[in-house]
Amino acid sequence: MYKILKKKNLNPAVTMIEVEAPFVAKKAKPGQFIILRVDESGERVPFTISDVNRETGGVSIIFQIVGATTEKMNHLEVGDSLHDFVGPLGKPSELEGLKKVAVVGGGVGCAIAYPVAKTLHNNGTTVHSVVGFRSKDIIILEDEFKAISDKLIVMTDDGSNGNKGMVTDALKSLLDAGEVYDEVITIGPLIMMKFVAKLTKEYGVKTIASMNPIMVDGTGMCGGCRLTVDGQTKFACVDGPEFDAHKIDFDEVMARTSLYKDFERKAHDEACNLFKQEVQ
Amino acid sequence: MANMSVKKNEMPSQDPHVRNKNFNEVALGYSEEQALDEAARCLQCKHRPCIAGCPVGIKIPDFIKKISEKDFEGAYQVILEDNSLPAICGRVCPQESQCEAHCVRGIKHEPVAIGRLERYVADRHIALAKEAKVNKPQSNGHKVAIVGSGPAGLTAAGELAKKGYDVTIFEALHLAGGVLVYGIPEFRLPKAIVQKEIDALKKMGVKIQLNVVVGRSISIDDLIQEGFEAVFVGSGAGLPKFMNIPGENLNCVYSANEFLTRVNLMKSYRVDSSTPLVKSKRVAVVGGGNVAMDAARCAKRLGAEEVYIVYRRSEKELPARVEEVEHAKEEGIIFKFLTSPVEILGNEKRFVTGMKCIEMELGEPDASGRRRPVEKAGSEFMLELDSVIMAIGTSPNPLIKMTTEGLDTQKWGGIVINEDTGKTSREGVYAGGDAVTGAATVILAMGAGKTAAAGIDEYIQGKNK
Ligand SMILES: Cc1cc2nc3c(=O)[nH]c(=O)nc-3n(C[C@H](O)[C@H](O)[C@H](O)COP(=O)(O)OP(=O)(O)OC[C@H]3O[C@@H](n4cnc5c(N)ncnc54)[C@H](O)[C@@H]3O)c2cc1C
Ligand SMILES: Cc1cc2nc3c(=O)[nH]c(=O)nc-3n(C[C@H](O)[C@H](O)[C@H](O)COP(=O)(O)OP(=O)(O)OC[C@H]3O[C@@H](n4cnc5c(N)ncnc54)[C@H](O)[C@@H]3O)c2cc1C
Ligand code: SF4
Ligand code: SF4
Ligand code: FES
Repeated sequence: MYKILKKKNLNPAVTMIEVEAPFVAKKAKPGQFIILRVDESGERVPFTISDVNRETGGVSIIFQIVGATTEKMNHLEVGDSLHDFVGPLGKPSELEGLKKVAVVGGGVGCAIAYPVAKTLHNNGTTVHSVVGFRSKDIIILEDEFKAISDKLIVMTDDGSNGNKGMVTDALKSLLDAGEVYDEVITIGPLIMMKFVAKLTKEYGVKTIASMNPIMVDGTGMCGGCRLTVDGQTKFACVDGPEFDAHKIDFDEVMARTSLYKDFERKAHDEACNLFKQEVQ
Repeated sequence: MANMSVKKNEMPSQDPHVRNKNFNEVALGYSEEQALDEAARCLQCKHRPCIAGCPVGIKIPDFIKKISEKDFEGAYQVILEDNSLPAICGRVCPQESQCEAHCVRGIKHEPVAIGRLERYVADRHIALAKEAKVNKPQSNGHKVAIVGSGPAGLTAAGELAKKGYDVTIFEALHLAGGVLVYGIPEFRLPKAIVQKEIDALKKMGVKIQLNVVVGRSISIDDLIQEGFEAVFVGSGAGLPKFMNIPGENLNCVYSANEFLTRVNLMKSYRVDSSTPLVKSKRVAVVGGGNVAMDAARCAKRLGAEEVYIVYRRSEKELPARVEEVEHAKEEGIIFKFLTSPVEILGNEKRFVTGMKCIEMELGEPDASGRRRPVEKAGSEFMLELDSVIMAIGTSPNPLIKMTTEGLDTQKWGGIVINEDTGKTSREGVYAGGDAVTGAATVILAMGAGKTAAAGIDEYIQGKNK
């Protein structure tokens, strides 16, 4: 069992928890992820490692409440435990030797982008962060990004923070203004990453995207996480999760992640109903 | 006087039309009467040819004799000298190509049902054993790490624990047992049996660390640095192969590993499981081994109306256990022999709609000695489907090789060992099972675990002299 050491709600739908997992804490590097199960009959669900505390053996993850697992997880408190927690999985990000990088995050993807941006900043890289949210109330980690970014642009879909537009609009302005990046790193909804990749391809800027297809084991055993990169089949859990965004077949990944949509909607509704009944 | 019946005692089984809708065990096991009757078919041959067919050399005539004498516990003890997991092997060994292939009675008629008798003896022992007091062996103070909890790892752990070693198993998944729990379905090998074996190991003092991926969570070098004097690698052959044909990444094309893991490990056939599985009506399983049979029979049980096995050679070459093929047929699985997939087709939402196949004929024998299938020109045809399961083999996962310097492997990934000791190219590191041989059998993995345990014991004792 893996005890929850800390918990913090970042916005109504996004929560950070720190979990006691010394094996993971010892080895984890930015860009890697874990797979957890909330309880004995739970699904195996992947989450990116957002921070580690090597002394306490604590591993932080940030999750958005979207389905049954994340709903159940959000009802756990400090002192409660997760049933399983395995990692670190996947290849670490390659962040060495970069002079100037644009980090483009969307929604909860910002939680995954933040540790990457922070590591870059600590390495002495110039970091421009472009983050996007649906509206002002659900912006997360703004202060954290500010502290480590040489430039920070926060966009909202509805303009409620006074900066209406998509992250791609902001990134385009930066590129048009003559900013030159060694690399763009993008993490967020697939559709966002697809359009970031399209834009940077036009500008000829190398771009890395962090992929989050459906996974089961996370060790290369099931092949459920496969995607096509440069015409070849890759397993995101062992060959990734980061890939050259200009070579990813995003349409295929988007189709594959929609596979269980109906099942998930139903499971989420059921989990919500259960909690509602408990409250009553 | 021996029972000269030409046929084996038939195995009582669930009715095919009932069992193809549930996950309960198919074969129900002999009664005492049947076991005695079957044991009487054994001629107690002086030259004991059957033993040579068993990879771990169980003294088959001796345990059968004990059965005839109604000394069932005695029979169990005879088996246990060579095989620590008889309830499992009695169920899943390909007896027809091992022990029973060498049985004298099999020359003209059916061989003695050695596997069924082994199962009977083991099940009877489990049913009657009072919470057997396991004597925790005296510790010898040496620590050994085992990577993977499949039959190879479990056997090595048991053998070493018996000798007093302080054994820790590291397993990547959240449950111990390897293919026995994530691959082979409940209806063929009830998980309670596997759990019993694992509990027995724990009682002997074996520690099991779940959720640890060696090579990621900890490396083999870390283990050695932490004071493990030897490491046994029994990480299996878990990497699924695909055919690399068009359409293989469409929605509802699964590797057998993914499909079986969702069904067996994650129990997605039960209502209380939160792991999803798409309900399919028409399923094709590509391949002809045990894995293909298991996937097809699971798909049927999950409610598919038509389930095909698509195999490129003929029935004679099917590598699956004969019993599983028979069971699959009884349950209504449709076999398409001499057929090979060419392309998987999908709709605009990228879900499978069908598979284009081509007929094959058998040509000259290839390197494996089997006749090579060649395409019959112009024989393409369509199967209308909503799911495809690829069961065309697996290879060892490269993770451990990638993270362990100086560990030699074959080109295809199998770890190179000395067959007599299980020793690898790295001092103190041993290996066995599918990680060495590629996908093979439970009994061979167990045998390899046992050999390596002896090798490790000799190594550590020698070092400390
Ligand atoms: C390597 C990796 C790292 C990830 N890191 C994080 C993270 O740090 N924080 C976080 O909140 N989420 C992360 N995810 C996504 C997370 O695993 C999914 O959000 C999770 O499956 C939701 O679980 P659930 O049971 O609550 O929802 P479900 O009921 O499984 O799904 C609800 C909704 O989420 C979508 N969904 C399901 N699985 C995924 C997926 N794998 N990726 C994207 N959308 C999905 C579904 O289509 C559905 O709309 C990561 C995924 C991967 C593969
Ligand atoms: C569906 C199916 C049906 C089969 N049917 C039969 C049958 O009827 N009869 C028969 O004799 N054989 C059968 N086999 C084959 C048989 O199951 C295998 O040959 C046998 O299980 C191999 O044992 P093993 O211990 O070498 O590996 P496995 O059983 O594969 O166990 C390896 C274990 O190591 C773990 N592992 C892998 N990498 C790591 C790592 N890096 N760190 C930690 N742990 C790790 C895995 O999670 C797994 O638990 C079948 C196989 C399958 C898949
Ligand atoms: S272990 Fe397998 S091969 Fe050996 S006697 Fe038993 S069933 Fe036959
Ligand atoms: S070969 Fe057959 S009949 Fe002879 S001892 Fe072995 S099991 Fe009995
Ligand atoms: S999640 Fe199973 S192979 Fe990647």
